[in-house]
Amino acid sequence: MKASAFAYARATSIGNALGLLAAHGDKAKVLSGGQSLMPAMNLRLISPELIVDIGGIGELRGIALKGEVLSVGALTRHADLLKSPEIAAHSPLLTKAVAHVAHPAIRNRGTIGGSLAHADPASELPACMLALGAIIIVRGQAGERRIPAKDFFRGIYETALSAEELLVAIELPVTRKNAAYFFDEFARRHGDYAIAGLAADAVVKDGAFTNLHLAFFAVGDRPVLSSAACRLIDAVITPALMADASAALDEELEPHDDQQATASMRRHLAKVLLVRCVSTLLGRADLDARVA
Amino acid sequence: MTAPMPISLQVNGERVDTHVLPRLNLADFLREHLHLTGTHVGCEHGVCGACTVRVNNEIVRACLMLAVQTHGASVQTIEGLSDSGEVADLQAAFRDRNALQCGYCTPGMLMAAQDFLLQQAEPDREQIREHLSGNYCRCTGYQAIVDAVETTARSRKAHK
Repeated sequence: MKASAFAYARATSIGNALGLLAAHGDKAKVLSGGQSLMPAMNLRLISPELIVDIGGIGELRGIALKGEVLSVGALTRHADLLKSPEIAAHSPLLTKAVAHVAHPAIRNRGTIGGSLAHADPASELPACMLALGAIIIVRGQAGERRIPAKDFFRGIYETALSAEELLVAIELPVTRKNAAYFFDEFARRHGDYAIAGLAADAVVKDGAFTNLHLAFFAVGDRPVLSSAACRLIDAVITPALMADASAALDEELEPHDDQQATASMRRHLAKVLLVRCVSTLLGRADLDARVA
Repeated sequence: MTAPMPISLQVNGERVDTHVLPRLNLADFLREHLHLTGTHVGCEHGVCGACTVRVNNEIVRACLMLAVQTHGASVQTIEGLSDSGEVADLQAAFRDRNALQCGYCTPGMLMAAQDFLLQQAEPDREQIREHLSGNYCRCTGYQAIVDAVETTARSRKAHK
């Protein structure tokens, strides 16, 4: 299908975009790369009256290292993230994850800001933001808010962003000493939305986790930062402890049935990912054979 | 503002100055306004890859881009790549290996394959599959397409 009629404004600056959003409220939609918005409009799932195209705003672009923080502009495309030496060096989880985001032609247009603001529960980048403890920076006419990723995602396509605000950048802490990461997902076709996925950021010392952030996605209405991970920190990982963590994880997930998979299949896959993650990060192949 | 807007762009090296409605996507603009019907429209929501074109030398989904967004851009379609001879060897390899049957996916497949070959001179089959993962083909089962891309990569390397 085709999108219904709308008015189009090419924003010339952040201020100009915020003025348009303030004037039109939720009748307006921000167009970044358009790789989620355009499908939704073509399928007539949404029919905004005004499209505010921020694609030409140069100050929303780019990746910069500022001390211990990596700042990524909202308009940074998936293709830019994938090729960025700064991201590869300081946030390798993101490099790994972006390779799973859609296909080359879509990565050439889709942006990190667009993906986060869209907040599809099956998409990779929101989960990475949780695992990495990112700060999401949004701006409105009243000023700027710095929102921790764990407070940003509120539900299916729902975030803490108001209709009058623009997501302008994200800040990621740079990778620490002894850091390790894991990313994997199950999808019907490479690049498709995940059936279940896991982004993990860890610190491993002497064969044990001294820190572990596990962000599961496509297993609920938003990415889930698992508290079951706490059981695995500073602990000797045994099959019994893994079973314990697995059961705790099960309690935290609220997956849905859809045409891709049943809820119980998603629960199963999340547990498989948990075991793969722990066995990979600790080099413990012995744990993997015990997948329930 | 729902009225037609002026745009100026290059399409296959020729300058185009026209007016388009904001809702018009690039695929429909190419097909219906410029009569460049080599760009195919399949799913219209970014899944099938039949509408793949180049914008500023990078492949994109023409169904997920508005024509107004191409203001100031350079667009290349399969007609441009075909007429210039840029993909002549790839087209021949597709033909020789029966890498197309109904042909609906072929323009998008050629755009994606050529994009890949420009980035990767010595690809393995897994890399070819990964780069073409966003392009559906319902006839061939993909094996022949991967063969054709692999053959083209080898012969280009040999002729360098």
